[in-house]
Amino acid sequence: MNNFKLHFTVPGDDFTRAGEASGSVKKTLKDLGFNPEIIRKVVIALYEAEINLVIHAGGGEIDVEISPESISMVLTDQGPGIPDVALAMKEGYSTAPDNVRSLGFGAGMGLPNIKKYTDEMKIDSTVGVGTTMYLKVITS
Amino acid sequence: MTVRELTEKLELNILVEGDIDREVTGGYCGDLLSWVMGRAQGGDCWFTVMGNINAIAVSVLADCACIVLCENATLDDDAKNRAEMQGVCVLSSEENAYTLANKLGETI
Repeated sequence: MNNFKLHFTVPGDDFTRAGEASGSVKKTLKDLGFNPEIIRKVVIALYEAEINLVIHAGGGEIDVEISPESISMVLTDQGPGIPDVALAMKEGYSTAPDNVRSLGFGAGMGLPNIKKYTDEMKIDSTVGVGTTMYLKVITS
Repeated sequence: MTVRELTEKLELNILVEGDIDREVTGGYCGDLLSWVMGRAQGGDCWFTVMGNINAIAVSVLADCACIVLCENATLDDDAKNRAEMQGVCVLSSEENAYTLANKLGETI
């Protein structure tokens, strides 16, 4: 299998389109015959990250690279940045506004879920500049 | 047991038929989407009051067998369209999640 590369642009503040990238990656991984448990890990992590782009960053870009050994995802935004990454990683900590909570998000589970379902996770964030998140799920 | 059989046993209303002949292997109750997505298992019947488009996405990504909107919670038009597009079975009941989950536990 050749490496597959996918690119998505996620619009900000549009909850009706959130999940399009994760859904598309799920379909691609399914078509390529990946193990359902690997697919589940990738799409849960990616959906959480995608929702974060919508809620917090005014949208952003997602690049996915699929190889037989791993699925790598890079999410880039020009949002406000995360002042304290360690605090943001704590389960239950959330800065989501009330309108987002009423949709069922903002439980402070997004980043912890991403960490739980990926094998590698790295966040580079600068306040006022933006955030880049690197994620990898290893397939074997 | 299939979702269709579950629909009859729990006397659920069918809002979107979707993949109604799919097997139900378990159940999960919850309304916080990230929480549910991280914990519900593939094949679960998901009991919730969240009838928005994001709930449909969570159901697809977590691979739930169906969504049951408890206490007659409403399904948004956007969510209904997305469920139809993606083959997600959405059901509803006037009963609450506790009662419905008890009944599910007795049937599977």
